Amino acid sequence: MPLLAVRNLRTRFATDRGTVRAVDGVSFDLAEGEVLGLVGESGSGKSVTALSIMRLVPEPPGRVTADSMSFDGTDLLRLTEAQAREVRGASMAMVFQDPMRSLNPVLSIGRQLVEVLQRHQKLGRQAARRRAIELLEMVGIPLADKRLAAYPHQFSGGMRQRVMIAIALSCNPRLLIADEATTALDVTIQAQIVDLVKRLTRERGTSVIWISHDLGVVANLCDRVNVMYAGRIVESAPIRDLFQRPSHGYTLGLLGSTPRIDGPALRRLSPIDGLPPNLIDPLPLCPFLPRCRVSVAACRERAPDRRDLGHEHWATCFAELGPRAP
Amino acid sequence: MAIAQPPATPRFAGSIRLAARQFPRHRAAMVGLVCLVLLCLAAAFAPLIAPFDPVQIKLSAKLRPPSLEHLLGTDHFGRDVFSRLLYGGRTSLSVGLLVVAFAFVLGVPLGLASGYFGGRTDNLLMRLVDAFLTFPPLLLAVALVGLLGPDIQNVMLALGVVQAPVLARMVRGSTLAVREEVYVTAARALGAGPGRIVVSHLLRNVVSPIVVQLTVVFAAAVVAEASLSFLGFGTQPPQPSWGRDMSEARRFLGDAPWMFLGPTGAIMLCVLSINFLGDGLRDALDPRAWRTRRTVAAEER
Amino acid sequence: MTALLQVDDLRVHFGPVGAPGTVKAVDGISFSVERGRTLGLVGESGCGKSTTGYAILQLVPPTTGRVLYGGTDLCRADSGTLRRLRRKLQIIFQDAHASLNPRMPIGDLVGEALDIHGLHKGRARAGRIHELLDLVGLAGHLIERYPHELSGGQAQRVAICRALAVEPELIVCDEPVSALDVSIQAQIVNLLQDLQERLGLTYIFISHDLSVVRHMSDQVAVMYLGKIVEMAGKDEIYARPAHPYTKALMSAIPVPDPDSEAQRQRIILAGDLPNPANPPSGCRFRTRCPIAIDACAATDPPPHAMSATHWAKCIRLEEGS
Repeated sequence: MPLLAVRNLRTRFATDRGTVRAVDGVSFDLAEGEVLGLVGESGSGKSVTALSIMRLVPEPPGRVTADSMSFDGTDLLRLTEAQAREVRGASMAMVFQDPMRSLNPVLSIGRQLVEVLQRHQKLGRQAARRRAIELLEMVGIPLADKRLAAYPHQFSGGMRQRVMIAIALSCNPRLLIADEATTALDVTIQAQIVDLVKRLTRERGTSVIWISHDLGVVANLCDRVNVMYAGRIVESAPIRDLFQRPSHGYTLGLLGSTPRIDGPALRRLSPIDGLPPNLIDPLPLCPFLPRCRVSVAACRERAPDRRDLGHEHWATCFAELGPRAP
Repeated sequence: MAIAQPPATPRFAGSIRLAARQFPRHRAAMVGLVCLVLLCLAAAFAPLIAPFDPVQIKLSAKLRPPSLEHLLGTDHFGRDVFSRLLYGGRTSLSVGLLVVAFAFVLGVPLGLASGYFGGRTDNLLMRLVDAFLTFPPLLLAVALVGLLGPDIQNVMLALGVVQAPVLARMVRGSTLAVREEVYVTAARALGAGPGRIVVSHLLRNVVSPIVVQLTVVFAAAVVAEASLSFLGFGTQPPQPSWGRDMSEARRFLGDAPWMFLGPTGAIMLCVLSINFLGDGLRDALDPRAWRTRRTVAAEER
Repeated sequence: MTALLQVDDLRVHFGPVGAPGTVKAVDGISFSVERGRTLGLVGESGCGKSTTGYAILQLVPPTTGRVLYGGTDLCRADSGTLRRLRRKLQIIFQDAHASLNPRMPIGDLVGEALDIHGLHKGRARAGRIHELLDLVGLAGHLIERYPHELSGGQAQRVAICRALAVEPELIVCDEPVSALDVSIQAQIVNLLQDLQERLGLTYIFISHDLSVVRHMSDQVAVMYLGKIVEMAGKDEIYARPAHPYTKALMSAIPVPDPDSEAQRQRIILAGDLPNPANPPSGCRFRTRCPIAIDACAATDPPPHAMSATHWAKCIRLEEGS
C-alpha cells in the first residue's frame, strides 16, 4: 500500500475575478521511501498541491476537495484542524524556499528547535536539547552545541536551510515535502543539501516530495516525476523514462528550454513561446495547446485522456513522440 | 527581420492622462470634490447668498432657534448663524488651503532634498526641522504671529511654517526608502540627472503619504486658526470664522446648541470632503490600486 | 580587434578604508571585452560579480582602478561626460519588476529613456517607442499598461527595451534570467542573442548559472570572494576547467539526464563562503579547497597560464607543468 494516495485533488481559490482552479484533478501515489519530483513552472499548482496535502490551504478563500487523500491509512480530508496539526507535527513536514522567512529572527536557533521538540515529542528540556544537537549534527552543521545559541541572521542561507530541515526532521516524519528548497541557494550549497536529502532517504526511509522547476536537480535526486501544467499532472514517469522518452509537448518544451553544462554547446535554446494560461476559465482542450509545438489535429477537437506508455509511464498528450534524440 | 515602420502610430496616454481617467471612477472622491467646490462657491458668493449682514448686532433677536427666517438660528448678538457661516468660510477655507500650500511648498522640497542628498545636507536640514518640532506648535505660531503682527495673512504663514517640518520629516523618511529602489538605480544608469530622479521617481512614489498628510494639515489648520483667533491673534471680532464661532458657541452649548452645530458641521463637512478627495487622489496616482483591468496574462489567452 | 571595454585592477571596498571591517567586495580584477562579444562573469552570491557590474557603470564608486571605455577612464570622468557615456553603457537587472518605476506606464518608461538623451523628439517619439517594443517582442497594446500588470518575462523585455532605447554599445546583464521560469528564461536568452546579432551589442553577462553562461558567452571569468580565479574562452573552460573552485562549481551543476547524473563525480565543497570582511590569507579558496596545501596560505597565487587565452590562479597547477 502506498504511503500517500491522492485521488482527484482539486483546490480552488475564490478571487474577485472568478474561481482560480489552482489544482485541477491531481492523482498520484507515493510509496514508502520514494522520492517523487513535482516539476512545473510558477502557477502550475505544484506548491498548492503540497499545501493541500499538508492541509495548509486557508479555507476560505481556498477550497480543497478530493475523491480521497489517504496518508498511511487516514483520510487527510476528514481530519479536524487539531488532528491535522497533530499529523503535521508527527508524520509530515515541509521545508520552504525561503529559510529566512520561515525562521523567527528574534529567537535563537536552539530555542526554535527545542520548542518544537518539547511540543511534539513531549521531551524534557535537557532531552530536547540533546536531541536538537543530534539533529543539527545530522544535517551537517559543525559545532552544533555552540550553534544552538546563534540567531538566524548569523547563519548563511545554506545553514538556515539545514536548520529548517533539522526542524522538519525533528519529529521523524514519514513524509518530507520540500518546496523549491534549494532554489534560493548557491549551486555548491544546493549540492550539499541534495546530498543530505539523498542520505536521509537512504538511511531513514523517509518519503520525499521534491518540488522544483529545475530538471537537473530532479534528475539527480528523484525516483519518479510528475510534470505539472495549469494545475494538472500532464506526464508521470519513472525518472529515466521521462528523460529518455518525454511524451508530452510541455515536457519536451521544458527540456528544450533548459541550457546544459554537458554535451555539445548549442547556439540556440528552443523556448516555449507565449505565457502560461489563466486558471479561471480554462480551455476545454489541452491547456498547453496554445504554446505547443507538436500539436496534432486531435488536440483541437477534444481534451486528451491519459495515455499509458508502459513501465508506469503515462502522459495526457495526443502527439506520438518517439524516444528523444541524444 | 527588419524593423517595419508602423504606418500610423497610435497615440497613447502617459501616466498623468491615465491617472486622470481613473479619478472620476472613485465615487467617494467625486462626492468630496463636489462638496468642496460647493463650499468654496458658497464662500465666494457669500454677499449674494447671505440673507443678513454677518456682523450687524441685533440684540432683540439674540439666541433664536432655527426658523425660516434664520435658517440656522442666531447667536448671542442676534447675528444670523447661516450668514456668518458663509462669510466665515471665506476665512476658514482660505486659511486651510493656503496653509496646505505653504506647508507643501516649504516641506516637500526640504524633505526631498534631505532624503535625496543624504549625508551632511540631511543632517543639517533635519536638525533644523527637529528644532522647530520641539516647540509646541501653537506656541510657535503665536510667537510668529506676535513677531509679524496679528494679521490673517500672517496667521496663515505662521501655521504653514509650523506644519512644514512635520511634512518635511515624513517626506524625507519615504524618500530614503524609495531612494534605495532598483528603479532609481536604473534611472541613474540611463543617465537621468538629479532633477528627473527627484521629480519623476522619488516624488511620484512618495506622493501617497504626502496627500494623506496634507488632508491632516488642512484640518489642523482650520482648528488652529480658531485657537489663534480665540487667543486674539487671528480673525478679529466681529469678523466671522468657523473656528472662532465654534469656540465662542461653546459658552452657549446648553442654551443655543444650533450656534455650535453650524460651524462644527461646516468644519466636519469640509474635512471629510478633503479626506475623500485625498483618498481618491492617492488611488488615482497609484496604478496598483486600480481595479479596472484583468491581468495581461489572463487577457492574452 | 581592440577591446571595447578594459577594466584594470578594479577594487570596490565598502566601509572605512583600511580599517579591519572593510568588505573588499571586488579586490583587484582586470579584464577586457571585445566589441560584439560576451564576457560571462560567474560565481556564487557574495563573490562580487554584481558589484563589478555596478562599478563598471559607476553606479557604485570604485575605490581604485580604471574602467577604460573608448579611451576614457569612467572612474575619472566628470558627471557631464559620465551622463553622456551612460548612453553607450547600459544595464539590466535581475528583478525586472523592481527596476521599473511602478507608477509609470510602459510607454512613459521607454519614453523617459529617449527624453533623457533628447532622442526622437516630438512626433517621432511615439513611433520610436512602438518600434522599440516591437524589437523586444512586446505587443503595442502594452504601452498603457503598468509594470505590475506584466509577467516576469514581459517586465524583463521592457527593461531590455529601455536599455536599447538609448542605443548602447555595451550592456551589463546582471542575472537577467535568474528570477524567471525555465521556459521564459529561454525566451529571454534567445532574445538577448538575437539583439546581439542584429545590433552588434557587447555583453557582460553576470550569472551564478554556469549552464546559462555557457550558452551566452564567448569568454568566461570565474569569481570567488572578490577575485577572478580563472578566465578562459568558453570552450576551454568548460572542457578543461583548471581551478579547483571552477571544477567544484561545474560538478555541482545538475544535468537534466539521470544516466549521466549517475555517472558524474560530484565534488561537494565543505562549508560556506568565508566572511568577505575577513577573507583567508593567501588563496581565498583554500579553506574549502579539496587540494589545499600549507603553501596556499602564504601567498596570493599568481595567474598560471594554461594557454594564451586560459589562466587560473592556483599554485597547485605549477606542480603539473
